[in-house]
Amino acid sequence: MTDIILEMRGITKEFPGVKALSNVNLKVKRGEIHALCGENGAGKSTLMKVLSGVYPHGSYTGDILFDDEVCEFKNIRQSEDRGIVIIHQELALIPYLSIAENIFLGNEISKNGVIDWNETMMRTKELLAKVGLKESPQTKVEDIGVGKQQLVEIAKALAKDVKLLILDEPTASLNENDSENLLNLLLEFKEYGMSAIMISHKLNEIERVADSMTIIRDGQSIETLDMKKDNVNQDRIIKGMVGRDLTNRYPERTPKIGETIFEVENWTVYHPTHADRKIIDNISLHIRRGEIVGVAGLMGAGRTELAMSIFGKSYGKKISGRIVKNGQEVQFPNVTSAIKQGLAYVSEDRKGNGLILMDDIKQNITLASLDKISKRTVIDENREMIEAENYRQKLRIKTPSVHQKAGNLSGGNQQKIVLSKWIFSEPDILILDEPTRGIDVGAKYEIYSIINELAAEGKGILLISSELPELLGMCDRIYVMNEGSVTGEVPKEDASQETLMMYMTKRKVRG
Amino acid sequence: MQSHAQKERKYSSLQPESPIKQLFKNNMRQYSMIFALIVIMLLFQVLTSGLLLQPLNITNLILQNSYILILAIGMMLVIITGHIDLSVGSIAAFVGAISAILMVNYEMPTFVAVIISLLVGAAIGAWQGFWVAYVKIPAFIVTLAGMLLFRGLTMIVLEGKSIAPFPETFQKMSSGFIPDASAANIVTLLIGVILSVVLVVAQVRTRRTQMKFDFGVQSKGLFILKLVGMVVLLNVFTYVLASYEGIPNVLILLGILIVAYTYVMKKTKAGRHIYAIGGNEKAAQLSGIKTKQMTFWVFVNMGVLSALSGLIFAARLNAATPKAGNLFELDAIAACFIGGASAYGGIGTVPGAIIGGLVMGIMNNGMSLLGLGIDWQQGIKGLVLLAAVAFDIYNKNKAN
Repeated sequence: MTDIILEMRGITKEFPGVKALSNVNLKVKRGEIHALCGENGAGKSTLMKVLSGVYPHGSYTGDILFDDEVCEFKNIRQSEDRGIVIIHQELALIPYLSIAENIFLGNEISKNGVIDWNETMMRTKELLAKVGLKESPQTKVEDIGVGKQQLVEIAKALAKDVKLLILDEPTASLNENDSENLLNLLLEFKEYGMSAIMISHKLNEIERVADSMTIIRDGQSIETLDMKKDNVNQDRIIKGMVGRDLTNRYPERTPKIGETIFEVENWTVYHPTHADRKIIDNISLHIRRGEIVGVAGLMGAGRTELAMSIFGKSYGKKISGRIVKNGQEVQFPNVTSAIKQGLAYVSEDRKGNGLILMDDIKQNITLASLDKISKRTVIDENREMIEAENYRQKLRIKTPSVHQKAGNLSGGNQQKIVLSKWIFSEPDILILDEPTRGIDVGAKYEIYSIINELAAEGKGILLISSELPELLGMCDRIYVMNEGSVTGEVPKEDASQETLMMYMTKRKVRG
Repeated sequence: MQSHAQKERKYSSLQPESPIKQLFKNNMRQYSMIFALIVIMLLFQVLTSGLLLQPLNITNLILQNSYILILAIGMMLVIITGHIDLSVGSIAAFVGAISAILMVNYEMPTFVAVIISLLVGAAIGAWQGFWVAYVKIPAFIVTLAGMLLFRGLTMIVLEGKSIAPFPETFQKMSSGFIPDASAANIVTLLIGVILSVVLVVAQVRTRRTQMKFDFGVQSKGLFILKLVGMVVLLNVFTYVLASYEGIPNVLILLGILIVAYTYVMKKTKAGRHIYAIGGNEKAAQLSGIKTKQMTFWVFVNMGVLSALSGLIFAARLNAATPKAGNLFELDAIAACFIGGASAYGGIGTVPGAIIGGLVMGIMNNGMSLLGLGIDWQQGIKGLVLLAAVAFDIYNKNKAN
């Protein structure tokens, strides 16, 4: 047995008209955590799909050696039988089934087609203990948080006797605590000899857990680095990914901050179905002209709920409090009125709440401001084309034409469409909820530049983010939320990851 | 002035494929539907040894299918918003019954009775729209309930019997032809010519503006070919109609509805909102679209069109019967799916629904001419529906 568990040699995969992978090589050592890095669209996911048999043998060229044997997987089943298990970015759990049912889904412990529930429950308990979950095996998956769901996915992989675990952006939707938890778990499994491939955009995590890494760029493997020997740090990784030095991850900006243009006072919101649960508790905040104001907080702190309840009461019940815009009290009874009065909200869930994936780019851009391109309710399609084309060029949306369906674009370009849509609605206040989630480094920089430009035009920006460096790099002032309250307000000068973390975990003080 | 030819070249140079190929690729779905329609038409033309396209039979085809096509237009809107309406047949029967009671039993003037009937349709649509849009009960259930409810109400108000006959003015709505003194139906031919002129002018103007903004347009030759084809088709059609009794009244009504709804769906804010709701309701709502209100109005619209369909059916039958409109909903839904609607909402066109409806109509008519029993007809129609949607999905998968 050699110390190489997996070797992929000269993998080339073509789609009609595109070469997605060209002669990619990947070597993973036994018992190591190997990071796979690259910008969105570089070919990481395609490579993993080749490995797991989603693209069957014959649809690509090149060899896969697993445990020193040549493998020709025709489907996922065959790769899983060998012990290669993928956990996808979008979790593949069924919310209405219990943890136990999910873990053994498609892999049921049964005799003659009848499930042995006792055995299933026992095994589930063991597996849950391994991943550090204290839930009952009969808890429904919809009743546990995303962080715990991720752990269930891992337990599911363990149930399949995994030798090589592949994690695609495992912490993308997790908060800091849960991420930390997950990474520790990975390190623990490594001790037991499991190998793992981890795809991640979060470079600090890679720096922390990976033993070696392979960088993929434009469908080619660029280099493989040993994290310790090659003394790899984040700047080094970024250089490899974008093929150039990215000295500054946040574009330069000289803030020109004016008078207060937007105030929220004593904002309180209750849960839409559990009428006695306070989700937002007496929050007050303000935004000044040209200012980028951050909102930090752990998952569940109520940041999105705050934003959506302000944006035309799209969330919650029994909303109370005052909103003052340009010195005058305003009401946003619904989204339409909020938009009309100059408010825009870029949702954290780009695909679910932001875009209509089956519609083309231009229709998505104009959707929130059809009044601007229509006369007496009739849409002027020529003007629509011109406006959309204008934004395509201004925000550098990479697409051959604005007739392209939004669903066909990469994450970064999709986010640019959403931004175009809201910039086109000419707001005074933009609430950006996780605007760079799941977007590669290069595109992030472009999004940051756009945000800075908007601030320079005199708009007020409220930036919600789970990435603390992003908040520190972009914002003039940061509100920190925990459990529905603002626990701290930190000016740029005093902000550091430590202070923010402290406020994020601070219990609210009454009085 | 910059020459147009230059701009055309500029556009085509961006396209690696020939313009014709490109044209087909971009409109694959629509062309394949029209192609299927033509194939089915030719097939039955041959099988019935030329009976299908006789002037008499074409007129019959229009009269027989008008009420399904009207339903299909409304159904297309409902399906695009991501819902379904199973109650349209029962609503049509109920409104037909109401109109008969008003006109025959109470001897109300036709015009007033028609207006009241349409309002009843709107009210029924509002009733169902309320449950679907505001209470959020799945449309499948609301309209299944409506299907039973309004069928029951029809039987109650009719007391299980038919009411007949209708006044002549009302019958004319469905079985009359445009008035024409001449033997050769000059008016019909004239309408064909006028429509041709309107068509050509409109097409040329659109092309001009598109070129002005430097958008891609088809090459001149192809454009002229397309125009000539459309003009010839239109005039042959009116000529065929003229050689029987001229243009049926109901065709004019249908034509207006098709043009109006196509325009609304393609060009207006309301249409865009409907597509957006079906495409992603959450995103539409967060873009300031009043999703509940819009959904409500789509059902009101469906109610009015169901009522109209019921009136036309009653007028054609010259009676209101408890069994009227039976299974209309299924024909209308099938027409939409054959015509390219997506069962998940967000996709579909009004002309698509019409083509789908014609495919069903021609098959019905052709098979009847061949003397096939209703048993065989049903089975074959079922298979065609399945094949059309399977073909659609196959194409989509290939494209991805």
